[in-house]
Amino acid sequence: MPPITEHVVLRDLDVPNIADLDVYIQHEGYEALRNAVKEKSPQDIINVVKDAGLRGRGGAGFPAGVKWGFLPKDVYPRYLCCNADESEPGTFNNHQIIDRNPHQLIEGVALAAYAIECQKAFIYIRGEFAAGALRLEKAIADATARGFLGKNVFGTNTSIEIIVHRGAGAYICGEETALLESLEGKVGHPRLKPPFPAVAGLYGKPTIVNNVETLTNVPRIVLKGVEWYRKNGTEKSPGTKVFSLSGHVNKPGNYEVPFGVTMRELIYDYAGGMRDDKKVKIIVPGGASSAWLTEANLDVAMDYESLAAAGTMLGSGGIIILDETVSAVELAYKMDEFFKHESCGKCTPCREGTHYLVKTLHKFTHGGAVKNDINKLHDVYNQMAGNCFCLLGESAVVPIRTALRLFPEEFEAALAKSPARHAIPLTLAH
Amino acid sequence: MSLRQTHGAEIDAILALYPHKRSAILAVLYIAQDAYGQLSDAAIREVAEILDATVTDVFEVVGFYTLLYDDKVGKVVLQVCDDVPCAFCGAEELVGTLESKLGIKSEETTADGLFTLQRVKCLAACNRAPVLQANLDYHGELSTPEKVDELLSQLRTRIANNDNISISGRKATL
Repeated sequence: MPPITEHVVLRDLDVPNIADLDVYIQHEGYEALRNAVKEKSPQDIINVVKDAGLRGRGGAGFPAGVKWGFLPKDVYPRYLCCNADESEPGTFNNHQIIDRNPHQLIEGVALAAYAIECQKAFIYIRGEFAAGALRLEKAIADATARGFLGKNVFGTNTSIEIIVHRGAGAYICGEETALLESLEGKVGHPRLKPPFPAVAGLYGKPTIVNNVETLTNVPRIVLKGVEWYRKNGTEKSPGTKVFSLSGHVNKPGNYEVPFGVTMRELIYDYAGGMRDDKKVKIIVPGGASSAWLTEANLDVAMDYESLAAAGTMLGSGGIIILDETVSAVELAYKMDEFFKHESCGKCTPCREGTHYLVKTLHKFTHGGAVKNDINKLHDVYNQMAGNCFCLLGESAVVPIRTALRLFPEEFEAALAKSPARHAIPLTLAH
Repeated sequence: MSLRQTHGAEIDAILALYPHKRSAILAVLYIAQDAYGQLSDAAIREVAEILDATVTDVFEVVGFYTLLYDDKVGKVVLQVCDDVPCAFCGAEELVGTLESKLGIKSEETTADGLFTLQRVKCLAACNRAPVLQANLDYHGELSTPEKVDELLSQLRTRIANNDNISISGRKATL
């Protein structure tokens, strides 16, 4: 598939210094917002985003315009929360957008706020993006000083205030209801759904939560139109996607490509191929929560539907590529250690399940595995699957399940080498 | 001096952003943490009073979030990502280098009180593996002991000059 001719999201690669407000303005910056508040209705904005088929980039791929339409009529105030809690292992495209193209994100937040008739929007940014938060605050202050934000946007009656809210280190706060709890000043525990945030979200009011990359697409869609946007991508996954490639590739980084390029193209044409020309062993295609692929899947098309058909998901677009030096057992251990560390502790299957997975996997990586431990791993994740309160616990099932499915021989081999293998297995409850 | 006396205007500006005071909890805790070097019981009580929150609620929040430190930390907190993919791109070697150069283990603070070393999860900078944050400033591609030496010496100079030191990241480098 040919590369894109201009970037939609990573416009910092086409326009040097686009983070500077004047440069952004010289390149059509804030024109979409100006046109919208002066000449278009909120419904017009919802319609164009819906027709463009913009899908949420945070992981679920739900159409953004459709989500905006879920708000109950005549209930105000309404809130918009931009989810900038980017913490999924292997994912770093929001980071680049915030650092290098902040005004396009801010304009996207403002357009979405206008579309849903919200006057106070929050950007919930992970605490580690301390510099990013300062950068966004400065960019918002610069835009407000020009009359693009704040009261009377572009001299109209529309008011849009954007507040940067820094988290403080918790992956779970990327889950939209945990994000709202955190914004309300509480620990980041997810809420029971329904009610969904669109009905009862921040402070109990109708709330839309959208991802950074999703909102950064919006100014270009509104300005250039549906046909322009749909030039790239597939019918069901239109537009471009910023994939983050990391691990054992020669040129790790963010690459914006049309939906539908193949994994092989991403790795070999964009990311410079494999380090030391080694073979691809494991591909984690959409963040730590996505089922692994192998070299056999290199020709999968990178769109929501094709990855689902391959038994995995596009997820966050964070692709981790690992070569044959990596042990599948070690990878499963590290990934479930992540989920154990980030489990919020609210529900038992996740809190205890991740604990037992890591404890048992540690025995495989450190020579303490006993005969029954492979069965124990199956047993633990089966008890977690479908029983966790939110997707974090469900995601913790994925690495160990795929590792055991794709590389059972590595677990057998670790067991065969384990000095403790003949010990009498203890029960799970020790 | 209380936080109200030293940071009153900043705290009021933050409180004004939200319909409910409690939403300001993380921002006010960050201020307290920088002012006192850690979130001691007294600091937590003071923040609770500022927010009209119960002391228990504030303790709970401090216990939940990893960037809020109730134990004393160094002037600079070094947080090395040991997650996937960094774990397979030199993170363990980086932790080892830092431990030997600083003479401490992970989760410890140097005797001179300058550095705390921690292992953390994904920092969303995987393209720069192995990567760490020093008071939440990113430093990537730390693949050799020489690069680590250079970083530590830069940080020692900054500490000596008291140049924008904030464990809460409130003075992060743009």
